[in-house]
Amino acid sequence: MSDFPFLSVLTVAPLVGALVVALVPRSRPELAKQVALGWSLLVLALSVVMWVAFKVGGDRFQFRESYPWIPNWGVNFTFAADGIALVMLMLIAVLVPLVILASWHDAESSKRSVPVYFALLLVLECTMIGVFAAADVFLFYVFFEVMLVPMYFLIGSYGGHQRQYAAVKFFLYSLVGGLFMLAAVIGLWVVGGKTFDWQALSQVDISTGTERWLFLGFFLAFAIKAPFFPFHTWLPDAGGAAPAGAAALLVGVLDKVGTFGILRYCLPLFPDAAKWFAPWALALGLIGIIYAALLAVGQNDLKRLVSYTSIAHFGFIGVGIFAFTTQAGTGAVLYMVNHGLATGLLFLVVGMFVARRGSALVSDFGGAGKLVPLLAGVLFFAGLASLALPGTAPFVSEFLVLIGTFTVNKPVAVIATLGIILAAAYVLWMVQRTTQGTLNPALTEVDGMRRDLNLREKVVVAPLIALIVLLGFYPKPVTDVINPAIQATMQDVGSTDPAPSVGTVQEAAK
Amino acid sequence: MNELKLPSIDYAALAPSLIMLGAALLGVLVEAFVPRRLRHLVQLSLALLAVLGALTMVVLNADDRLITIGGAIAVDGPTLFLQGAILVLAAMALLLIGERSVERGGAFVAQAAFPAESADDRRQAEGVNGATEVYPLTTFAIGGMLIFVAANDLLTMFIALEVFSLPLYLLCALARRRRLLSQEAALKYFMLGAYASAFFLFGVALVYGFTAGIPNGSAGVDFATVNAAVAESTASPLLLFAGMALLSIGLLFKAAAAPFHVWTPDVYQGAPTPITGFMAACTKVAAFGALLRVFHVAFDGARWDFTPVLGAVAVLTMLVGAVLAVTQTDIKRLLAYSSIANAGYLLVGVLAPSRDGLSGTMFYLVAYGFSVLAAFAVVTLVRDADGEATHLSRWAGLGKRSPFYAGVFTFILLAFAGIPLTSGFTSKFAVFGPALDGGQAWLVIAGVLTSMVLAFPYLRVVVMMWLSEPGESTPTVTVPGGLTSAALMIGVIATLVLGVAPAPLLDLATGAAEFVR
Repeated sequence: MSDFPFLSVLTVAPLVGALVVALVPRSRPELAKQVALGWSLLVLALSVVMWVAFKVGGDRFQFRESYPWIPNWGVNFTFAADGIALVMLMLIAVLVPLVILASWHDAESSKRSVPVYFALLLVLECTMIGVFAAADVFLFYVFFEVMLVPMYFLIGSYGGHQRQYAAVKFFLYSLVGGLFMLAAVIGLWVVGGKTFDWQALSQVDISTGTERWLFLGFFLAFAIKAPFFPFHTWLPDAGGAAPAGAAALLVGVLDKVGTFGILRYCLPLFPDAAKWFAPWALALGLIGIIYAALLAVGQNDLKRLVSYTSIAHFGFIGVGIFAFTTQAGTGAVLYMVNHGLATGLLFLVVGMFVARRGSALVSDFGGAGKLVPLLAGVLFFAGLASLALPGTAPFVSEFLVLIGTFTVNKPVAVIATLGIILAAAYVLWMVQRTTQGTLNPALTEVDGMRRDLNLREKVVVAPLIALIVLLGFYPKPVTDVINPAIQATMQDVGSTDPAPSVGTVQEAAK
Repeated sequence: MNELKLPSIDYAALAPSLIMLGAALLGVLVEAFVPRRLRHLVQLSLALLAVLGALTMVVLNADDRLITIGGAIAVDGPTLFLQGAILVLAAMALLLIGERSVERGGAFVAQAAFPAESADDRRQAEGVNGATEVYPLTTFAIGGMLIFVAANDLLTMFIALEVFSLPLYLLCALARRRRLLSQEAALKYFMLGAYASAFFLFGVALVYGFTAGIPNGSAGVDFATVNAAVAESTASPLLLFAGMALLSIGLLFKAAAAPFHVWTPDVYQGAPTPITGFMAACTKVAAFGALLRVFHVAFDGARWDFTPVLGAVAVLTMLVGAVLAVTQTDIKRLLAYSSIANAGYLLVGVLAPSRDGLSGTMFYLVAYGFSVLAAFAVVTLVRDADGEATHLSRWAGLGKRSPFYAGVFTFILLAFAGIPLTSGFTSKFAVFGPALDGGQAWLVIAGVLTSMVLAFPYLRVVVMMWLSEPGESTPTVTVPGGLTSAALMIGVIATLVLGVAPAPLLDLATGAAEFVR
């Protein structure tokens, strides 16, 4: 079964689906939606099969496929997945059908073609899968850049207020990072002996100066993508303007490309430079945790607020990666998954509120829980997951990051812990101002606010809630997959865990 | 009395240029003898057939590696590759030039002699068939370009330069509408071009003087002699450096590199759009073909001397093109500045001291030529009652009015911005890779930084077309005739194919990337 070319099929399938959906006539939007949903479920089914076929404890990279593409430059279509990539692929496969279902009516308000919206979502899925599945640096770069195009049109054509500005800002920021990476990719190609194969390149010895420059080129692109402070300013604009479904994919998956890239490319390919730059990266992570949390507290726009919370979470992920311990690394990857689930849910729920109220401003709500108790309950749950309440999945990852960091760097861990307190502040305050307290009389006049969750929306939120609770109590299936990949990455960096180890990851998780 | 010895001439090797020049002469006769109503058809067919014939000869000659007519012409890999590129791109340009259904009578003035804004002029603008002398003129220009990239001595190169420049000056003046702008463009191009040619000629003289210093040798301007002189001439190196500088000015002018670029925006804007496309694609190939040959063959030994200077020119060109493109409000001027910036990227390839650099530059020329011709083909289609609507504000909301053409143009703009899966990305890689390999990291970094700046104007056009609401004055896209559609589709498909599967053309370019000396 493991001979089946999972990764290339997974990459191509959504693209084919996108073509099919795009060919549906504009006058039959329902058909387009159904086809898109069906197709994304197909991709999900295939991903589940792949998850089962993945041998835990087997080779670091599995499902490897390679086909020649541009032999003159040593470029191949090489796909391979380690544990980190596998969980991210799974996250994509889970999120996309839910996003499609959640976006059922999103495109109708924009006067633009409905089938194209869903086709763009599928194109985005294709590029997202490709970027995590690629094991050839050139191929990775291609997906990394092409990913911008569908997202640009999703924000620019179907977004809300200030969508043009947000779309252009998103595109230019990412392109700037991408072009720095291009220079570094070419540099890596030259010093690596004209090959793009990840495994070959990870064996190459690079002189110290060159290695630092190349690291910087890659890191800058990933830091913008993630985004880390101070490259984060595009995310609140893009997240605020994008339609809720696209925003959920933007922060849930797209941004993880940055942290994934650091784990897959920056650390193993440039280990010495990574160690040299680690204090700086840790500092950026810490500033991000505190600064973004403070800004989130002050936001009046729900979607921008959620965007800022996720910048703070990316600070945690960054700290976890650059602490260079297995626990912190595993925590960081687990955080990537959990953040995708929790923030994805939060974005979708906020999107449901915004669609009902016709406004994303916190001050336009107030006591909404009295009108839509179920929806308000889900918002509360998503908020609690987001602030990493014990029992929800993000708690496990945040805790792993913190103890993993504590063993090697106490001040960093202590400062990062402050972020937890701030997280409680922004989440609880937001929940209180929107759903609790006295009912805002204006709300009763809005028709939408009298409709609680319908069946479609229940189907959207239920799997996410279930996964968050499940992984909160029993993260083992995921950590088992991640752990060997992180150990291998830490070996690449040449980092060993401190001697008086706190125990295995599973024990720590309890 | 000594018997005059004639040099041996390999006619088959010369056939491509001979066919084009012969067809041009034939075209002049057609103007004189064929009735007016048939001329358009006859001339267009003649020109296209000639291009086809010349292309066939290039393919048949594919394995030639020789120097003929007394060392004046070199037929080798780069020559054949670039000749093939010029011919293919010229065929596309001819399709655009021959289009008559987009605008009644075509893009060219009926009689250039009518004073602009006169009653006669207004009458011709209403749809009198355009002049057909554009075909022989274009054919002459193509013939000149074919010789230009094959020239193996500086004098032949100069003559070829004039042969392809003079028809271009004329062609620029022949726009059907906005004739004052067109004539101004032509005059500007002619004046500055004449200066550039003079610089070139002066440079030839100085280099000739320098070659006189070869011990026990005879002076000459063929590249082998120049190359030998660089190695061993006893003459003052000042002659060499001054000569090289003046030659470069002449060539960089044609390539539209800063600071010799000032003509480009005005000429690109004023010239009839099919001619602008022809210049942006074919003139660029010819100019860079000559630059490659001069610097790789003749002055190879002085690489350490010219690289810093040409590198500075490349950086300046990229900067000027990218930064000024940001401020443009006219689509043709925007594309002109983009073409300047691309000249900078091409110079990066010229300075990569390896076979890969040579093949990468040639690949870039072809890829860029296809995209830029397709871009100008779209520009010819967006029009209202007064002709082409080139002001950017007029393109607002074009995506709603004509999603297909707006989509095509978006794709081309993404290619210009260097997004992967388009030829713009692969061609940038093709020049930056060898340049970095050759130790020119600063050029690559400058190239990457300017690409970021340049992405902004392209993106602004995309935003205009898709994200703005159509205004009252948004023109519709004219349904193109068969000729324009064909050119447009060839350009777009080539942009996609060279981005997704560049290997075959890269193989061809790599196989061709060796000069005979």
